[in-house]
Amino acid sequence: MSTTLEPLLRHHPLFTGMDDDVIHLITGCAKNVRFRAGETVARQGTPADEFFLIREGRLAMEMPAPRGGTLRLQTADEGDVVGWSWLVPPYHWHFDLRAVSDVRAFSIDGRCLRNKCENDPRFGYEMMKRFSTLMAERLEATRLQLLDLYSGPAVNTTP
Amino acid sequence: MASNSRAFVDTMTTDPPVLLLREHFDTLLEALKRRGFTVVGPTVSEGTIVYDELNRAEDLPVGWTDEQEGGHYRLKRRDDAALFGYVVGPQSWKKYLHPPRTRLVEARRDGNGDMTFADGDEAEPARLAFLGMRSCELHAMTIQDKVFLGSGPADSHYERRRKRIFSIGVSCGVAGGTCFCVSMGTGPEVTDRTPHDLALTEVIEEARHFFILTAGSDEGREVLAELPVTPAAQDDQAAAKERVSHAAATMGRRMEVGGVRELLRENPDHPRWDDVAARCLSCANCTMVCPTCFCTTVEDVTDLTGDHAERWRRWDSCFTMDFTWMHGGGARQSAKSRYRQWLTHKLSTWHDQFGSSGCVGCGRCITWCPVGIDLTREISSFRDDTPQPQPSEP
Amino acid sequence: MSTCLHAPNHAAIEAGSMLPEPYAVVSRHEETADTFTIALRPVKGGPPRSFAPGQFNMLYAFGTGESAISISGAPEKNDLLVHTIRRVGTVTSALDRLAPGDVVGLRGPFGSAWPMDEVGGRDLVFVSGGIGLAPLRPAILYALAHRSDYGRIVILAGARSPADAIFLDELHSWMEEPDTVVQITVDRAAPGWDHHVGVVTTLIPRAQFDASNAVAMVCGPEIMMRFTAVELAKSGLPDERVFVTLERNMKCAVGFCGHCQFGSEFICRDGPVFRHDRIRHWFSQREI
Repeated sequence: MSTTLEPLLRHHPLFTGMDDDVIHLITGCAKNVRFRAGETVARQGTPADEFFLIREGRLAMEMPAPRGGTLRLQTADEGDVVGWSWLVPPYHWHFDLRAVSDVRAFSIDGRCLRNKCENDPRFGYEMMKRFSTLMAERLEATRLQLLDLYSGPAVNTTP
Repeated sequence: MASNSRAFVDTMTTDPPVLLLREHFDTLLEALKRRGFTVVGPTVSEGTIVYDELNRAEDLPVGWTDEQEGGHYRLKRRDDAALFGYVVGPQSWKKYLHPPRTRLVEARRDGNGDMTFADGDEAEPARLAFLGMRSCELHAMTIQDKVFLGSGPADSHYERRRKRIFSIGVSCGVAGGTCFCVSMGTGPEVTDRTPHDLALTEVIEEARHFFILTAGSDEGREVLAELPVTPAAQDDQAAAKERVSHAAATMGRRMEVGGVRELLRENPDHPRWDDVAARCLSCANCTMVCPTCFCTTVEDVTDLTGDHAERWRRWDSCFTMDFTWMHGGGARQSAKSRYRQWLTHKLSTWHDQFGSSGCVGCGRCITWCPVGIDLTREISSFRDDTPQPQPSEP
Repeated sequence: MSTCLHAPNHAAIEAGSMLPEPYAVVSRHEETADTFTIALRPVKGGPPRSFAPGQFNMLYAFGTGESAISISGAPEKNDLLVHTIRRVGTVTSALDRLAPGDVVGLRGPFGSAWPMDEVGGRDLVFVSGGIGLAPLRPAILYALAHRSDYGRIVILAGARSPADAIFLDELHSWMEEPDTVVQITVDRAAPGWDHHVGVVTTLIPRAQFDASNAVAMVCGPEIMMRFTAVELAKSGLPDERVFVTLERNMKCAVGFCGHCQFGSEFICRDGPVFRHDRIRHWFSQREI
């Protein structure tokens, strides 16, 4: 486990204000990972037992397309936290995760943290607060994406 | 040179008032015609008082008055032969200064695709004498002067008409049923707060019918010098003032104006807007009759050959669905948003744009609204129903 | 300081402010399926009127009408007036039929400008959505031409899809400029797209600039600008250092017809570029 995760967590907008013991707990479950450009990081439907904090590079959320290829939905870059399925039943990845470029990241053990959430409601609540914010931000960004704001005059509005 | 919005009157108050007898009133029209003015003013047509060409005093609405209420206008006979015994009708002087249709540009295109453009408007519109401008209407003209001449580069179509006007103001001796010029500080007396060439007040007594006149400009002074006027006696001046005071005391409406600007600006979601929207038909009558409303649209038209095109300017109204229409839709689609736009502009943002209220208290919008929406009443309701100010959000 | 930065009022001062002048199309370039760029020069010869970044002209298609089109070229290049136009209605469709040699009518330039002469020494953050990059382009080109007058330059450009993104080659070339960061994102990716995927506001939290002195200039659909202003505020930029450009139905473009009013502002004359704090009161309301 890299010792540089702790300052990153302390200063990350998602995790600011967390108690020391909570931060220690998370860093205790973390490890360094690397992915090569094009590598699949996670597959849709498989158990989601980790989340990532990207240190360098770009990850993409994708959906395998029925007739071949993949549909790329969103990307995440350095500093982004990726993955909340570890915290929400049924704890499966809902999308593929692929490295667009070479990626260095922290992988944090979601299953371990999940058990701690069950056993320590205070810890569990802290994680829930943080990750519900992440989900809300993602949801809002996705909704804006859905609005297709730059499309032409035939906008889908209700009078 | 006719009085012009940029030349403020500075000598008027030293001119003593003079008296003109009713039997000599035509000499005024004749003097104006001799100077090359076409006299236009109020006249009766199809049950209303409109503005049209006047040849003689008899063309005025002699012996008529108007009965006005929300959504109601009738002409009634007076029991005298007053020339100015009414207030204002559906038209305003903007029909001359800012006409309903004006050709702006003539464009031609030849076989090579080369284009030429020329000013399509009249280079020298007719010189007009506006006989019978009420104080509210003089204020409205001053307000439109600010819109078209005073806020930056001038509008040449307004300017070329405006500088050819000779204005004769009339201080009201009777107040209209929907008038509230006193609340707006725009009348009923014609004063030097509004540039004008001549001002008159009509007095009818048992044995005499006369006018007290004052000059408001050099040209007004010159015209007066040609008329068979005599110095006005104190008693006669007092009689004139008494008529005007009576009008001031019998206004049909009043509006509490203090803080209206902020009231409307800070309450865009007040439930009263929904209330008025349920009644408003978006018919645009109010904007057509309002003497300060100035919105227009531009229409480009071409003939069948496609080689000759014209650009026209036409009155428009913020009440139409088209008004804010762009690709993707209109910004103000609900009737509520359009009524709110009109009233907020008239009484609030007009201050930000032009330094005064846009309303002169003439009451036309009340009279000519088919459902009688009364902005004085709407403002009262806003005041009554507005909660205490909340701490402002960041 | 270049005098072209102060929004000139050539057209409006003359009596014939509703009179177009004939301009000839010198060149035409297809940007995307529905967007094209034309370069114009006066038929009578001589240089076109100077303009400030952010200003627009009214382009007249003979007999059809006028449309307000932002100038998208470099403000100090004096030979041609460049406009990037999206085909959205009758007039822009008529303009779409223009070929080199054709003549259009032109009135302008009108409106307020990006504050290039007031933001010397600051980091500049440009955020664009869709064709919104076109009105920002003159400001970007000006900043790059006077590179040492400004701090770091950050350009965040959002587009619908790779096929709909304008000026992609130029965006790439701007990446090579000193202390200049360019991030491009699309709402819908296509095969071969390796830049960001996601709405442009997601690029803001990660962008590196000095929030204590930076100025942002934003152009795109209103919803995008609203959310962008929120993200910029979260990143530490107050309203006084965020500039947006607004659009409304314009007829006369000289402040007399009343159509373009936005609260107390005439967008053709007080805008289209506004400091956010000036219009914030109206911007947050519906149906204004």
